[in-house]
Amino acid sequence: MTALAGNTQHIIELIYLVASALFILALKWMNTPATARRGILAGEIGMVLAIGGTLLQQGIVDYQWIAIALVIGSGIGVPLGLVQMTAVPQRTALSHAFGAFCVTLVGTAEFYLGTPSIPGFKMSVLCVEVILGGLTVTGSLMAAGKLQEVLPQRPITYKGQNFVNLALLASTAVIAVYLVHNPGATHLYPVMVGIALIVGVMLVIPIGGADMPTVISLLNSYAGLSAAAMGFVLNNKLLIVAGALDGSSGFILSVIMSKAMNRSFTNVVFGAFGQVAASAAGAQEARPVKSASPEEAAGILAAASKVVIVPGYGMAVAQAQHKVRELYDALSKRGIDVRFAIHPVAGRMPGHMNVLLAEADVPYDRLMEMDDINGDFPQTDVSLIIGANDVTNPAAKTDKSSPIYGMPVLDVEKSHTVMVIKRSMNPGFAGIDNPLYYMDQTLMLFGDAKVFVSNIVKELSASHS
Amino acid sequence: MGSTLIDGLFVFMLAAFIGFEVIKRISPLLHTPLMSITNALDAIAVVGAIVLVGKHESRLSFILGVLAVIAATSNIVGGFLITDRMLRMFKTSRPTKP
Repeated sequence: MTALAGNTQHIIELIYLVASALFILALKWMNTPATARRGILAGEIGMVLAIGGTLLQQGIVDYQWIAIALVIGSGIGVPLGLVQMTAVPQRTALSHAFGAFCVTLVGTAEFYLGTPSIPGFKMSVLCVEVILGGLTVTGSLMAAGKLQEVLPQRPITYKGQNFVNLALLASTAVIAVYLVHNPGATHLYPVMVGIALIVGVMLVIPIGGADMPTVISLLNSYAGLSAAAMGFVLNNKLLIVAGALDGSSGFILSVIMSKAMNRSFTNVVFGAFGQVAASAAGAQEARPVKSASPEEAAGILAAASKVVIVPGYGMAVAQAQHKVRELYDALSKRGIDVRFAIHPVAGRMPGHMNVLLAEADVPYDRLMEMDDINGDFPQTDVSLIIGANDVTNPAAKTDKSSPIYGMPVLDVEKSHTVMVIKRSMNPGFAGIDNPLYYMDQTLMLFGDAKVFVSNIVKELSASHS
Repeated sequence: MGSTLIDGLFVFMLAAFIGFEVIKRISPLLHTPLMSITNALDAIAVVGAIVLVGKHESRLSFILGVLAVIAATSNIVGGFLITDRMLRMFKTSRPTKP
């Protein structure tokens, strides 16, 4: 009997080993669109193998409830997999919350099963698991709420915020140390988890919309690390591997995002953008701008030979991506070279603009990264900015007093003509004025992005026939 | 206990390095699908939850386990589904079919 149990255990471990390899391959194949769907298949096979292998485990008696839970979970998962592409950022935040929720629940169950005799090492990783998991649950829910606009998007800041957050985090650490030495202290465990949940809320309260790409990546990383910690608790190497992969993926993305905003991690987490924005918005004055009608804009575009479109979050808000594709088609038909310049933090999560434009059938080889296209702006006839603001702000290069000074931006002002579709002259989300709008080569196109682009398309097709 | 900890740390260290090397090479074009697929893979935490439900050691662990399985499964199904939907959208301008 024991020999049999031992054999089964070995088989499960081997299955986990294969699943780990498949997970690594899944990520490796994600590097280009050509192989990426093969990556999904590898991930799915790994997942099915791992779940199947787990069911072989000795001591599992209740298969019925496992099946019921799997079915309910799938029922929730399908609609979450079918959301609109514009809702992907909040969906992603929500799934970080679900993943961390699972990890926190399992950690909690392990604690109450093991107390009062949990070895010190197991208890310490269990604390890491539930603290990281807990703050990721509420932090991600807050982020999802802000992205879905059910919560106020403005950063909420108050005096001593960083001190409060650090003090809360420190108190969870103190309780964790106590629990490691006294794993029987069942009354303190809920306090620790409760504080971790509060920390998650407090960490995301001061985050504004423009910082969402970094925060989502950071929460992704925390979710992965908490899963890895769970792998240590359960001594499950597959979980450690998957958690480490997810953790490093989130970490790399947050580094890329914070670099693209010229901000450090600590600055994103501990310094709300709202504070600097308040002072910058005060310096507003009425300066003359030039504006143009859809007919004029269409005329300028039709005369161009190289056009670069710069999309931003405003394009997503106005749901203008399909109209933008029509514009791309209309211009391409005339032999005009049209490309898209994608800033790393355009939108609300890493890669957000690429997915929206791909959804609208814009070919992905037309989507250029910032570093690849910045050198081409001097040879560009028209740069058309749709719903982007800070990522085109030349003050980031020249004005040391600007809150975004040092942030890498798209050099749109070097192109021959710049056209900016914008609802009004109100400063953008971060509240920072953009000197680009007052430059000689700049034309402001006032109106809703979707309506304005479709008017340009109408003009272009009318004059073409 | 000591050797399992060290084993685990070795696995973690190696996997983190592989993660860094592999993910560094992923085009920014695919960062959104990358995040949704890592999310699905991360939901492998479901195996821990399945064991909790299946072993049914206490009422509390059972209830927490069921909730955890539901949460993780929704991530697995939803995560793979949306990643696949996104990747199907990425097309080149080079004509593939007449």
